[in-house]
Amino acid sequence: MAAILTMMLPGTGMAGDTIKLGVAGAHSGDLASYGLPTVNAAKLVVAELNAKGGVNGKKVELLIEDDVCKPEVATNIATKLVSQGVDVVLGHICSGATKSALPIYKAAGVILISPSATSPELTQSGEYPNFFRTIAPDNMQAKPEVDFALNVLGVKKIAVIHDKGDYGKGVAELAKGFIEKSGKGKVVLFEGVTPGAVDYSAIVQKIKQSQADAVIYGGYHPEAAKIVSMMRKKRMSTAFLSDDGVKDATFIKVAGKDAEGVYATGPKDNSKNPASQAAVAAHKKAYNSDPGAFYESAYSASLAILNAINKAGSTEIAAVTKALQTEKVDTPVGTINFDAKGDAVGVGFAIYQVKNGRFVEVK
Amino acid sequence: MDYFIELFLSGLTRGSIYALIALGYTMVYGIIGLINFAHGEIYMIGAFTSFIVATTLSIYGFPLAAIVVVAGVAAAIWSSAYGYTVEKIAYKPLRHAPRLAPLISAIGMSILLQNYVLLAQTSDFLPFPALIPEFAFMEPVAHIIGSSDLVILITTAVIMLALTLFIKFTRIGKAMRATAQDRTMALLVGINVDRVISATFVLGSALAAIGGLLIASHIGQINFAIGFIAGIKAFTAAVLGGIGSIPGAVLGSLVLGLTESFATGYVSSDYEDVFAFSLLVLILIFKPSGLLGKADTKKV
Repeated sequence: MAAILTMMLPGTGMAGDTIKLGVAGAHSGDLASYGLPTVNAAKLVVAELNAKGGVNGKKVELLIEDDVCKPEVATNIATKLVSQGVDVVLGHICSGATKSALPIYKAAGVILISPSATSPELTQSGEYPNFFRTIAPDNMQAKPEVDFALNVLGVKKIAVIHDKGDYGKGVAELAKGFIEKSGKGKVVLFEGVTPGAVDYSAIVQKIKQSQADAVIYGGYHPEAAKIVSMMRKKRMSTAFLSDDGVKDATFIKVAGKDAEGVYATGPKDNSKNPASQAAVAAHKKAYNSDPGAFYESAYSASLAILNAINKAGSTEIAAVTKALQTEKVDTPVGTINFDAKGDAVGVGFAIYQVKNGRFVEVK
Repeated sequence: MDYFIELFLSGLTRGSIYALIALGYTMVYGIIGLINFAHGEIYMIGAFTSFIVATTLSIYGFPLAAIVVVAGVAAAIWSSAYGYTVEKIAYKPLRHAPRLAPLISAIGMSILLQNYVLLAQTSDFLPFPALIPEFAFMEPVAHIIGSSDLVILITTAVIMLALTLFIKFTRIGKAMRATAQDRTMALLVGINVDRVISATFVLGSALAAIGGLLIASHIGQINFAIGFIAGIKAFTAAVLGGIGSIPGAVLGSLVLGLTESFATGYVSSDYEDVFAFSLLVLILIFKPSGLLGKADTKKV
């Protein structure tokens, strides 16, 4: 009977002569710049491993699918990947899309490892034992952001602004909570703006009226650039702090000289780590350009999951989970393993400031 | 009181921005009764054209005034060509079809143009050069109103005035009014209705392109999707003011801009859209044809 069942369910872990690694994320649309670097990372890691003979003697095959960072597309992609017998998935890129796809992978016993989905509840709710990530969750960036504003900049009144989205509002609410808990500062304004609006002068006037010493913004770079430019146009020198959705070269390109002095949290600088140098060099050699957003995190996620499959000797979920939690692996983001909830141990955020047109780590 | 004045001025700026786009909606609706959903995309194409021209010219070191004029003219011509073509391809064949058909075709055009620019250009945001300089004489009031706000306010006022005079006194303007009142009768008295409709699209598109240049310079960034939200808001403003009416479009835009600004300032920016659309609902309940719209007598 067991043998018949096995034959009826091809590709659920044991069958097949390749290991199928799904890569799901935004590969087109306005958030494509967050998703495409992950595809490059997966291709490079897999090409290198396959050249060395693959994993457990099997070649690794990539199944690349585009979810445009939309939850409703992500569930279709997840169903498609599962029906194609995917073993593990690298992705998804956005927290919202990841959250909607996770139950499908969970039911199919497929492990998901994301380079960029930072919503805290994905790991901390405990609902998704099949989820891992190589990036720190948002509460780990809201905390240093608030500590930096209160202790280093010494500001007392803070305006917290967000873009009403899952990610931006999530970070903003965490920041608000940390400020109130610290007792050292006061949230003088907590409001959401409409992304894509033609003009932000009213909310900027309101920030000025609130007499805030600093603005903490939760959201992505297009709105951050508009708000900070409008503040500088109105001759306000209020400090501006934001998150890793803003720590992107496009922010500096768009905001120009107004970007100077803006603080943003981002993954720790790994440029002295030899694994990171090798990963960046491989990208330059293959694509003749600098890698984009989340590239190193995705490179690390690919290495970690394939290493775990190798150590486990199979793609069976319990064995791979155990290997991810116990086997340390050298990656561009450091030597990591995963805690019981799925967050990588040893990755975190640092504070950066724009100086002379680049993000420089604040020591 | 200062705070009130600041909010009032930022509401006026926002309203003027909507007005630059709303004028195109209202003109087309006035002539052929079509809601041209692709109008927001024409505005976006205008912004892209002026971006490309301005960036190229600034590499060669042209003076700013020359760049603004050349970029504005180029954007107006290029966008007009798009507006003209869209009308010929998507609306003219459907002129005698039921009202719903050109509406669907307009939505299709909007999606097509957005994705065409996405593929032809980029999905990233691009930095738009500051084409409106910071005037020295504005420095004392820069914390209340910026130079680009002032230019937008003046341009909108001038365009509205010029357009009103154009419609009232020129030959083609009179032909437009005749076509708007009764297309068949206009045909009978020898007006080339097709040409009048084309002229309306060309004029509306040129205005949207000027709007694209000014607004993009004010915001400082563009991408392929900017036409969507701006278009929706401008359309709302045109309906609020009475769609088909030119002063109505400007009045509706200013009312919408001021409502949003005061809602943000005194309540919360979380609710600016709630206030804007509640106002729309209220006005349409009591005045279904909008603030300055004429009641539409259906010819059965």
